Amino acid sequence: MSTSTNQLKNQHLLWRAAFGPMAENINQLQDVSQKELYDILLKMSAKSPLPFNVATNLFDGFMKGVQDIGRMQKLDKDEKKMLRKQSVEDLKNLNLTWLTEMISSEAQMREKMSLFWHGHFACRVINIYFQQQLLNTVRENSLNNFGDLLREVSKSPAMLSFLNNQQNKKQHPNENFAREVMELFTLGRGNYTEEDVKESARAFTGWGFNLRGEFVDRPFLHDTGKKTFLGKTGNFNGDDIIDILLEQKQTAKFITGKIYRYFVNDTPDVEKTEWLANRFYQSGYDIKKILTDIYTSNWFYDGKNIGNRIKSPVELLVGIRRLIPIELDKPEVQLLFERALGQILFYPPNVAGWPGGKNWIDSSALMLRMRIPQILTNADDFVVKPKDDYDTMMGMEGVNKNPGLKQINSTVDWNAVTKAFDNTPRENLMRQISNTVLQTKEKINPTILDKYVHKDTRDVYIKTTIIELMSTPEYQFC
Amino acid sequence: MLFKRKEFLQISSLATASLMLPKFLKAFDGKTIVPPGNKVLVVLQFSGGNDGLNTVIPVRNDIYYKARPKLGIEKAKALFLNDEVGINPALPVFKELFDDGSLGILNGVGYPNPDRSHFRSMDIWQSASDSDKYIYSGWLGRYLDAQCGGCGKPTQALEVDDVLSLALKGENNKGLAVKDPKRLYNTSYEKYFKEINTAHQNGEEPVVDYLYKTLSETLSSADYIFQQSKLHPTTQNYPATGLGKNLKTISSLILSDINTKVYYVSLGSFDTHVNQENQQKRLFTELNDAISAFVKDLKSNNRFEDVMLMTFSEFGRRVAQNASGGTDHGTANNMFLVGGGLKQKGLINPMVDLTDLNDGDLRHTIDFKNVYATILRKWLDADDKAILGKQCELMSFV
Repeated sequence: MSTSTNQLKNQHLLWRAAFGPMAENINQLQDVSQKELYDILLKMSAKSPLPFNVATNLFDGFMKGVQDIGRMQKLDKDEKKMLRKQSVEDLKNLNLTWLTEMISSEAQMREKMSLFWHGHFACRVINIYFQQQLLNTVRENSLNNFGDLLREVSKSPAMLSFLNNQQNKKQHPNENFAREVMELFTLGRGNYTEEDVKESARAFTGWGFNLRGEFVDRPFLHDTGKKTFLGKTGNFNGDDIIDILLEQKQTAKFITGKIYRYFVNDTPDVEKTEWLANRFYQSGYDIKKILTDIYTSNWFYDGKNIGNRIKSPVELLVGIRRLIPIELDKPEVQLLFERALGQILFYPPNVAGWPGGKNWIDSSALMLRMRIPQILTNADDFVVKPKDDYDTMMGMEGVNKNPGLKQINSTVDWNAVTKAFDNTPRENLMRQISNTVLQTKEKINPTILDKYVHKDTRDVYIKTTIIELMSTPEYQFC
Repeated sequence: MLFKRKEFLQISSLATASLMLPKFLKAFDGKTIVPPGNKVLVVLQFSGGNDGLNTVIPVRNDIYYKARPKLGIEKAKALFLNDEVGINPALPVFKELFDDGSLGILNGVGYPNPDRSHFRSMDIWQSASDSDKYIYSGWLGRYLDAQCGGCGKPTQALEVDDVLSLALKGENNKGLAVKDPKRLYNTSYEKYFKEINTAHQNGEEPVVDYLYKTLSETLSSADYIFQQSKLHPTTQNYPATGLGKNLKTISSLILSDINTKVYYVSLGSFDTHVNQENQQKRLFTELNDAISAFVKDLKSNNRFEDVMLMTFSEFGRRVAQNASGGTDHGTANNMFLVGGGLKQKGLINPMVDLTDLNDGDLRHTIDFKNVYATILRKWLDADDKAILGKQCELMSFV
């Protein structure tokens, strides 16, 4: 095995299981084996994360004074509006806090897997308390047991509110929650009947939350009658339904298929996903186990699985910032990138999450993606105005007004990057940088690159080569 | 199929040469070049949920005035379309268009089980999905898919904006967002991008090829759009507003030989929870003045018959005013159709019935997908069934 192949495979693991290599890792990647690297990754994510807490004092105090829904309904319009506005602001903060964690946390596997579940359990509610709590639940469980994760998410005020289960009552069932739990979280479309939706909705009646963000089971709203669900009959409640869903092998298949498409290859491989799904099911839905099955297999490192996945906007942004240490004067500009490129954390396009793949790419998105490395490092102006989001503006014009940013002020620690290539001889430098930055088989023609890089000093050469390589269609892949 | 710069130059010089040909020869230019006489659709999106009831006003309806004691527009101020119906006083040009037979008004347009969230309802309108389904492509994007399997020209549908809306994203083809043809030309005129694009060989990685196809199309389109936008600089005076500038851009392209069939542009925010009167008035004035210039421009160039402008919003507002001098999110709404080629003019269907509300909201009488189907089939000559995934009821306004 040649060194470059070993490096490529390690980078592949880092791009899929994590958010890509950091400058200071580059040299180590040539010698360590995939197994060793994976063990390090696992170990780094072994501890429970510290929960995020970014809700401002204003919101915090206000929410603690609110004891129940009754009190909430008595809030006047201005109070409600103030809360919502504060939520929108705090959600931006939560977004940036999480981005920073993705960039600099050692627990890369946990944060990467959390981003996957963040899309799987897509939830769009403008309530910082609920969203923060849901994210903390996801981060806490992202590598543990899928059954626990599913149950906790299903009982989170964020999801119960987003999928209208607060309104799901005996006599007046609301089927939204029950339907999405099956269609999106467990079985997938076509693996249950409309009758199953109706019956499970009855079982979920009474599940709700109070405003302090606590799950409440409201017995007086629960339909205690007999239900028949997926062939079983009983006086089921919501927990029973989740148990039955986890008993279905289809749930393991559905989740495995999604994990395979996200972390391995867009084109599913029946044999491999079946093998994975069986083991996932037998393990009782141990997430760490299925990831280990994938990342320690030989086939994961097959050429056809490397460098063919289009990075999501968040992965692109985080990946650049991991390789190049950049300090932004105004970190909020990252929210503009998220908006312009179509992936704002906590604002999935709908209950099914971000579709991914080619959906990320159109002319304007690609042009912006290819400019971001230059914009972030002060070499280019940012003149794109993303579309407004009226759900967060609440009729107030100017709340989200994008200032039409031009110059982004940032400080780049190029030293950390250039140091990584200290031992590379000049004649190998371009090839080595290219092998570090790009995962695709196709590389940029060195003769063309050579025309655009600056050669005044070795440092400048390395710097401009990296930026030029990042400003390509190839760099959109991992 | 990469559309490389060299081939592009050939095509664009062909396009320029065709200007000098007599008109009858132009018809033979081929499918990708649209000669004058071809139909163009301009979609104008009112973002934020425009209040339709204060746009086209039921001036003799007591229920309307009772529900809106403060916000209702006085009969005396409305511009009368007939005995029962007036139009917002900030839209005198729409009254002129109405009198002129160039305005069609569709009332009560919506969809079953309406959603009151901006993003979700906008998604439904742009993807033309049912409210319980999720579709990741837009109706105009799928028009591109149906229209040009492999023609690889995103310029067939242009959005005048920095970012492309879902409406213009198809499964395989996507429209192109261009706020300013000159700026797009400048930003894409980077030798480095052109060189790596030229050097790319399609090969074993189809998904990489897909990105290069997008890059290639963007670069050639940026050139093409910019050249076309300079062919017939309009002499018409446009207001110096956002919409004024955008419609001027659109007009300069309509009057060129570009192959664009669909233009998309937005105006907003119409999300008038508070102080609706001033906000709607300001937006309507911008709309009125921009449309005035646009119509004059098209008429003086004899292209008004070829253009259909359609307006929509993600939802209307609730019938009753709220306590803050505004209105909250509602359901069904009206749509304007402006153009010289309308078969039905004026009020195409009856005003919505204010005595038959659904929990204080209007019930829709026309599904918006029927409007789309009609425009796709009868105006753009496209396969509405394939694009919308089902046969919708065709209407008669074109």
